[in-house]
Amino acid sequence: MERKLTGRAASPGLYAGPAAVLTAVCGPVRAKGHPSDEQAALRAAVAVSLQELSTLVAGANGEARRIMSVQEALLEDEALIEAALEAITRGEAADAAWRDSMAHEVAGYEAAEDEYFRARAADLIDVRDRVLRHLTGATPAYRAAPGSVLNAPDLPPSMFLSHDWSQGGAVVLAQGSTSSHVAMLARARGVPMVVGVDTDVRAQDILVVDGDNGLVIADPKPETLASVQRRKAAAAHARSEAQSRVAAPALTKDGTRIVVMINVATPDDLVDVSPRSCDGIGLVRTEFLVADGALRDEQCQFELCSRLVSWADGRPVTIRTLDAGGDKPIPGYTVDGERNPFLGMRGIRLSLRHRDVFRIQLRALARTAALGPIKIMLPMVTKSQELAEATELLGEVVSELEREGVSAAQPPLGIMIEVPLAALAIDQFDAAFFSIGSNDLVQYVTAAARDGKESPEFADVMHLGVLRLIAAVAAHGARTGRDVSLCGDAGGDPRALPGLLAAGVRTLSVAPGLLAATKDAIRSVDLRRMAQPHLSPSWWDRLRSGFSSGAAKALFSGTTK
Amino acid sequence: MASAVLVNEVGLHARPSVKLTQTAKRFAAKLEVALADDGPWVDAKSPVKIMRVKAPKGATLHFRGAGPDARVAVRELVSLVERKFGEE
Repeated sequence: MERKLTGRAASPGLYAGPAAVLTAVCGPVRAKGHPSDEQAALRAAVAVSLQELSTLVAGANGEARRIMSVQEALLEDEALIEAALEAITRGEAADAAWRDSMAHEVAGYEAAEDEYFRARAADLIDVRDRVLRHLTGATPAYRAAPGSVLNAPDLPPSMFLSHDWSQGGAVVLAQGSTSSHVAMLARARGVPMVVGVDTDVRAQDILVVDGDNGLVIADPKPETLASVQRRKAAAAHARSEAQSRVAAPALTKDGTRIVVMINVATPDDLVDVSPRSCDGIGLVRTEFLVADGALRDEQCQFELCSRLVSWADGRPVTIRTLDAGGDKPIPGYTVDGERNPFLGMRGIRLSLRHRDVFRIQLRALARTAALGPIKIMLPMVTKSQELAEATELLGEVVSELEREGVSAAQPPLGIMIEVPLAALAIDQFDAAFFSIGSNDLVQYVTAAARDGKESPEFADVMHLGVLRLIAAVAAHGARTGRDVSLCGDAGGDPRALPGLLAAGVRTLSVAPGLLAATKDAIRSVDLRRMAQPHLSPSWWDRLRSGFSSGAAKALFSGTTK
Repeated sequence: MASAVLVNEVGLHARPSVKLTQTAKRFAAKLEVALADDGPWVDAKSPVKIMRVKAPKGATLHFRGAGPDARVAVRELVSLVERKFGEE
């Protein structure tokens, strides 16, 4: 009989397939030797495990790499095996000593109050079992056919990584956590996952896993299966259609070309993206330079920026100068003890106060400009004087580099529009281009933090007031022949897209993972249906009703996830 | 001997813990971290021991060090926490 089991959604998507029930490792027991032999055996098993982990780390990237390197760091730490070594001295066999000491360690995490720390138990179990396999010679206990729905109390990350997902599949865990490393891996890999479900299923039972709604259906009726297959096919179709078109230009239904670029926070963000799938890099956040300690290192900044330019292969790359302050403090650079750092010393205000640091960055950027088409963008500009001073400084460093015989060029200098008054007095700024930072603009216009617990509903990019500001910037750009782009999260939100395009935005910069879906969402917008952006309350009502009623389909039908 | 106190805004999770120990290991000084000024103090170069502390978001971290480069080391550790471990 069909049974619906409710859990928590850990990774979106829909899947139906046979269950594989996984149980914990219980390999053969080691014959006990002399304590010194047992200690040597444990150390040898740890050494082999470490070798395996470092191979895994070297061959992985992104989330998988970060997760496996944490396991590596834990196992490298002598503190992890101290208790087991002691137990061996008291006469325990290596495997029993290791198993018991790790059980103690794991229990400490399982008892934690913070869900994040509870989720780390799976990582320790993973490390434990890897070492145990080498101690006892047991084969990996977790093995499931490709295409299975993996059922387990909890799942170690290395099991997820070694499983063959090429034929699809899903994960259902009785315990588990939506913030576990496995959940992150599942989301990155697109594997549906539900946690907190006790299924009592047998191997080969058919399970439907609905990772959008946190549901598991056991023994589904034929009708249920049929509807699941239809939903799956439609979603997969939309996704693969979007992906197959990712390299094609994004044209709206009426043929308006929208330029779609990507936002980059670190050079690692480019690992899985082809430059052919976008029109360039619309925003490089240079705060990562600080994380790497390169704040005052011109050569290092130059090398990092050169990598971006050579990746872009002739496409434009817009690099934002250091945007510290607000939620991004830098000791010794930002101002301590500001009561409201978002309304204080941020971005260009700090750059002009720390001209030594600013000069270093401008020198690195001018040198990069000799290699390809870069643009420099100043954050948080509110006074035309700031743009004038930055322009002067840039001119100085370019002539300085020329005198030194270092190849350099003077890239165009533009400004971010993220403070309302810059949008309201846009014609005061003689910038080469404008880029709307919608995240901060929305916060400052709506007086609501976008990451606040209670206030996100007020931080609405689709508010008529916000759209009017965006439209004013877009119109000024069109009138004066200056490029205008938008580089906030709103650009990658299919619900906001029709309004942004209606307001006159023609260039977007989005997270690399949202490229395909954003381009497809653009293709379903018909600007002819939105009339002129006269931005009146009745125009806005019509636009708005498009989101919640059937008219939305006409505006952006076929929007994919 | 050097010490510093800091409210940690992200939680001493797995990757932050590893970054903290990586930074600590660059120094010769003996470096320790604790949730209270009277301890218990934990070796800041051991990811296993730091993870056992399970310092949640918002916990106050105390650092202390002993050795020739302790002062610089403690300053580096504090700055790492202030920068939210470069995770954002």
